[in-house]
Amino acid sequence: MSLDKEDVRRVAFLARIRVPEDALAPVAQELNNIIDWVEQLAEVDTDGVEPITGVTALTAPMRKDQVTDAGYPNRVVGNAPDRVEDFYAVPKVVD
Amino acid sequence: MTASKLNELTIADARGGLAAGDFSAVDLTQACLDAAEAGRDLNAFITLTPDIALERARASDARRKAGNAAGSLDGIPVAVKDLFCTDGVLTTAASHILDGFHPAYESTVTQNLMDAGAVMIGKTNLDEFAMGSSNMTSFYGPVKNPWVGANGEDLVPGGSSGGSVTAVAARICPAATGTDTGGSIRQPASLCGVVGMKPTYGRCSRWGIVAFASSLDQAGPFARTVRDAAILLGGMAGHDPKDSTSAPIDVPGFEAAITGDIRGLRVGIPAEYTMDGMPAEIQALWDQGAQWLKNQGAEIKPVSLPHTKYALPAYYIVAPAEASSNLARYDGVRYGLRVDGDNLDDMYANTRGEGFGAEVRRRVLIGTYVLSAGYYDAYYMKAQKVRTRILEDFTKAFEDVDVLLSPTAPNAAFPIGAKMDDPIAMYLNDVFTVPANLAGLPGISVPAGLDKDGLPLGLQLVGRPFDEATLFRAADALERAAGFSALPKYLGGQG
Repeated sequence: MSLDKEDVRRVAFLARIRVPEDALAPVAQELNNIIDWVEQLAEVDTDGVEPITGVTALTAPMRKDQVTDAGYPNRVVGNAPDRVEDFYAVPKVVD
Repeated sequence: MTASKLNELTIADARGGLAAGDFSAVDLTQACLDAAEAGRDLNAFITLTPDIALERARASDARRKAGNAAGSLDGIPVAVKDLFCTDGVLTTAASHILDGFHPAYESTVTQNLMDAGAVMIGKTNLDEFAMGSSNMTSFYGPVKNPWVGANGEDLVPGGSSGGSVTAVAARICPAATGTDTGGSIRQPASLCGVVGMKPTYGRCSRWGIVAFASSLDQAGPFARTVRDAAILLGGMAGHDPKDSTSAPIDVPGFEAAITGDIRGLRVGIPAEYTMDGMPAEIQALWDQGAQWLKNQGAEIKPVSLPHTKYALPAYYIVAPAEASSNLARYDGVRYGLRVDGDNLDDMYANTRGEGFGAEVRRRVLIGTYVLSAGYYDAYYMKAQKVRTRILEDFTKAFEDVDVLLSPTAPNAAFPIGAKMDDPIAMYLNDVFTVPANLAGLPGISVPAGLDKDGLPLGLQLVGRPFDEATLFRAADALERAAGFSALPKYLGGQG
């Protein structure tokens, strides 16, 4: 499989990363070099092999569904680039 | 012992000196802070925290005076990779996108170290979001390896934990924390002539560590001796209810595991780690390492890990996939950089296009692609199945042996700027370290010799899950036999 400029445009949109128009072709080339290289995995016989789900034999623990840490909105939003009172502020989403 | 050299002590020696009252934690900390200042040119630190350090050192001295010293790490200066969130202290992951981020919480590992009395002297430089093998992708610029090339040229310290390893190798401080997703502790340890360990996945809590690839990331220690690495890991490790993947099992006494006796230890030599084009001196050092262990009563056995060559390509699907998901949180809304746009999507794209460096953008794009509709099974699921094969290889090998011995990296330190135009050449630096991450196994790099240019080379030991104790015992045997005593050009920041 090989990516072209349109593929890069689509993936860049999905990833929400601005890729300038004149960089689409060079980025496609970079990504293709890596994709071509990882495709050697096709050589491995994985018929009947389960995908790994965890690397140790531990099972995921359960805990009570309760709030354990809360009550300081000022600290939570304290790093926001833009805020209004205790809320994050973003560009207008709905006209 | 002159006060200006306190920064060159090991943890074990500093522990002795503090206990005997030869010097105070404040003396020790000040020596390290002075060495860090003198070594600014190495660019090992993104942020120095002298006020916090001296405050914690004074508290340590007060505890000791009151007869309440917390243990082996009380009063010991430690540098912290700037991937660990530290309450109220700038935390950058070496990325522009985290400009000005001051976490409102402390990572579990650094909290554990604080509780053990350790003294944080600063936050160290790294590859951006820990993605790299040279520290060249840092927004804050490259780190200089304290060792220099044969013609005096500046070299990379390896990566991604380039600042942490440099602080320890240059004797700025005795120890540092790192993280290792594909080799980011062990490869720089090899390139800088210090000890670096990646524990078993789950040994240290990942809570509060800026996430790169959540199924692979693990915190671990840098130190100048195996004993010191064991002491530091003891202070970092432990179950944490805030990380459901941290193991709810006891932390053994790692230092006590270093018995000096490896008689009967079965050491596997994986045939597939012999790589085309690997320098003859690395092969020779590997053979020498096996002989050193054999001379101390270990049994050397050839083993096969047939899927070794597929580990690196599998990693470069799994790690970018997880990174693309983890890094979705950097959206210009909650913290860090925001670059405005005409609408919300534009703002996201502008912020992430400008805030991420080239390697991070590359990996997020690859990760997004391999997870996207129509490609998920071909790439991501395939890689996760190959990972099962790799884990099976290790499980089978560990039926016959207790540890595996290999080189840590396929090369010594290389010049600043090299390999930057060829991502795959850079990725190959982790060819021997990545398999342990994919299988969740503990691994340690021990400085074992010098190459023809006088640069350090490490040997790696990999062990069974949660058997770091055996790894420390074997690594100590390797360390004693190697007797690595060469020093870098830059010592205590002076060069």
